[in-house]
Amino acid sequence: MQAPGGAQVESAGGCLPPDPEDIYAKMKGAAMRPRSEAEVSEAIRAAAGPLAIVGGGTRRLGEVSGAVVETGGLAGVRLYEPGALTLVAGAGTPLAEVEALLAGERQRLAFEPPDLRGLLGRSGSSTLGGVAAANASGPRRVQVGACRDAMLGLRFVDGRGDVVKNGGRVMKNVTGYDLVKLLAGSRGALGVITEVSLKVQAVPEAEATLICEAGEVAGLALLHAALKTPFDLSGAAWAGGRVFLRVEGLAGSVAYRAGALRTALAGDWRLADGTESTKIWRDVRNVAAFAGKPGAVWRLVVKPTAAAGIVAQLGAAQAIYDWGGGLVWLLTEADADVRGAVGGHGHATLVRSLPGMAQPLLPPEAPAVATLTARLRASFDPRGLFAGGTA
Amino acid sequence: MDMPHPSPAILSRRDQIVAGLRALLPGDAVIDDPAETRAYECDALAAYRCAPLAVVLPRTTAEVAATLRFCHDNRVQVVPRGAGTSLSGGSMPTADSVVLGVARMNAVLETDYDNRFIRVQSGRTNLSVTGAVEAEGFFYAPDPSSQLACAIAGNVAMNSGGAHCLKYGVTTNNLLGVTLVTMDGTVVELGGPWAETAGLDLLGVVCGSEGQLGVVTEATLRILPKPEGARPVLVGFASNEVAGACVSDIIKAGILPVAIEFMDRPCIRACEAFAKAGYPDCEALLIIEVEGSDAEIAEQLARIKSIALSHDPVEFREAADEDQARRIWLGRKSAFGAMGQINDYMCLDGTIPVSSLPYVLKRIGELSRDFGLEVGNVFHAGDGNMHPLILYNANTPGQLETCEALGAEILKLCVEVGGCLTGEHGVGIEKRDLMGVQYTPADLEVQMRVKDVFDPRWLLNPAKVFPLDASAGRRAG
Repeated sequence: MQAPGGAQVESAGGCLPPDPEDIYAKMKGAAMRPRSEAEVSEAIRAAAGPLAIVGGGTRRLGEVSGAVVETGGLAGVRLYEPGALTLVAGAGTPLAEVEALLAGERQRLAFEPPDLRGLLGRSGSSTLGGVAAANASGPRRVQVGACRDAMLGLRFVDGRGDVVKNGGRVMKNVTGYDLVKLLAGSRGALGVITEVSLKVQAVPEAEATLICEAGEVAGLALLHAALKTPFDLSGAAWAGGRVFLRVEGLAGSVAYRAGALRTALAGDWRLADGTESTKIWRDVRNVAAFAGKPGAVWRLVVKPTAAAGIVAQLGAAQAIYDWGGGLVWLLTEADADVRGAVGGHGHATLVRSLPGMAQPLLPPEAPAVATLTARLRASFDPRGLFAGGTA
Repeated sequence: MDMPHPSPAILSRRDQIVAGLRALLPGDAVIDDPAETRAYECDALAAYRCAPLAVVLPRTTAEVAATLRFCHDNRVQVVPRGAGTSLSGGSMPTADSVVLGVARMNAVLETDYDNRFIRVQSGRTNLSVTGAVEAEGFFYAPDPSSQLACAIAGNVAMNSGGAHCLKYGVTTNNLLGVTLVTMDGTVVELGGPWAETAGLDLLGVVCGSEGQLGVVTEATLRILPKPEGARPVLVGFASNEVAGACVSDIIKAGILPVAIEFMDRPCIRACEAFAKAGYPDCEALLIIEVEGSDAEIAEQLARIKSIALSHDPVEFREAADEDQARRIWLGRKSAFGAMGQINDYMCLDGTIPVSSLPYVLKRIGELSRDFGLEVGNVFHAGDGNMHPLILYNANTPGQLETCEALGAEILKLCVEVGGCLTGEHGVGIEKRDLMGVQYTPADLEVQMRVKDVFDPRWLLNPAKVFPLDASAGRRAG
């Protein structure tokens, strides 16, 4: 069959044996590894019970339940046009391969997907499909949006085994419903993503990070103030008693904006650039400070000015604030009432649970939203094959 | 353009339906006098008209919910309407439908600069959202060219774009939450003043669903700090190919202009005759605008200039002051008026991969000759969103049909090169019957199943987006 990029997709045939390195394959021993959309469709149509769709297994919430369908056989870059900032690749394409290809043209994924392997204790190799299905987005979200905002189109196979295309590979497209957004972050609940089309970004000439020591409340106030300036921040975070503000762009512009921020914001600021700046944001993005530390890890998406108050209610919890306070990573005891503290200011996902914790991983939805969500899931997946999809 | 025949059963219950609506709503909220409903017979796709059965203009979410519940229970179709500026017929009624207009719901409900959002009722106009926050140095980024008139409700329904979305994205990238009323009158809150949802992104699929999934009564919008300044340059080229290559090189170089606008020779000549902006008489013209402080603008323009000069332009014109900047934009901003001066025109909206630009322009030239109608091209080059303007004379019998046939060929061409039928205007009725060019029946079936979930009876704006034969079984239900 013909893929949108013009490349030939492999025809149906027997499934390959599972990748021996894949932890989920090891767990289940009998993972299916389809090599084409047609094989994905066959696997879904033939399924007798629940399926677990697995990319690299690096950012899944919770345990795998169901027969594993591993997407590594759906790999390969189908189209890359640096001049149009566009890349189309199979869902099983390793993220590292995509990032290396882009780096060769001095380009990158603007939404800088986090690598949560350290945090979650996983060892697999992250895939593009997994990034899309988790809507995995890093610190630059405050400037360029999330993974979903960079997704131009996709192909997927729904729970009926039907192959579906939505969106395309152009920057502006309002032709029909935007199922791309619906599938982004759907965590395998609606179908198996087989191909993703992305908008990419040129690596800017320069990057610099302003650093200032500050407590949580004062630090968050600095983040809010910084994001109200016209200086176009690409990162605004607080971690380990320090505020980090990142600016990127042409060298003169970076120097100008870093200087202007220093003038506008009270504090004893220091400037980091090059590898120091890169490491700061890699650590923020990957929640490196909580990797290997005991405790439950929560991911809160909240109204930024509510963040400090929420954390203050939780006593001993440790926090990392990203997205100007809009994203909070929390390291807590098992019995911390995180969702009670969040209240109506956003929502909390339990990304790393402790034995004995009974809370659902995903936050509850309002009844009217839950009804629509359940009906959508039943429509895309009438047999309930992906029931374990959103854990 | 086919529309479904109105239901005789509904038309025969007209008085009863109007009385039922009157019982639910304040006296001035229901309009059924044919002299007044005629004002709602079309939107900006004015070639097609049909007065509705009645018009309802609620002031609150509760009134919208009451209206929808009543129409749902009585199986009356509802056509939502923002400001009626749709270029694709998105709010065109049928004779047996009730138009639900949100124009009276235009209040600002909350502004929050620390969290950088504004919450408004959806009838508020796009430009007045910026108006509400600009004193604090903020703006709302999506800027469709109808922004003075168009409503946020329509922007959300159509996922509207604008000239500056190269840098800031379109509506969906700037929308944090909505209050949505589904056809059965259920009020649903989606999203909020935080970055994203943890469950399925229902907000993402509601945005751009052309008023078919629910009526948006309130919206939480991301606002941004206004840049310190902005300045355009104008670059003329001897060929479309070279202009296209220049756009590609600028994007590749990592410079992010807020806008890159492209005009071809027919359009340049029309604008020059109309607005006398002093444009060079050349094959292709780019207007590139950058933002920042004076020093940042100078730094970006220096890079753009060096890239442009490497492509041997016939002219590179910088703006030394505000007046010169205004003159650079003058012709582009009057392009539609200029073309309208020559004749009636139809504005297309396909998007293409930027790399296909020279080929597509060449083919459009050939198609224009084959169909005997002139086409001018003006478009957002940075993101490949084309607006070919087909000139025709509405008073010459058959010309509208020829124009539509040419338009369909151009849109098919856009899809053929890897693009799409519509970049920012929406499908509506205009491109409804071309959907099969871009999507397979299975692709469309899955989209229609989403409507089944939100509006199982297919009462909300049902004759839009999907080819009538594809949706026939559902609409009958």
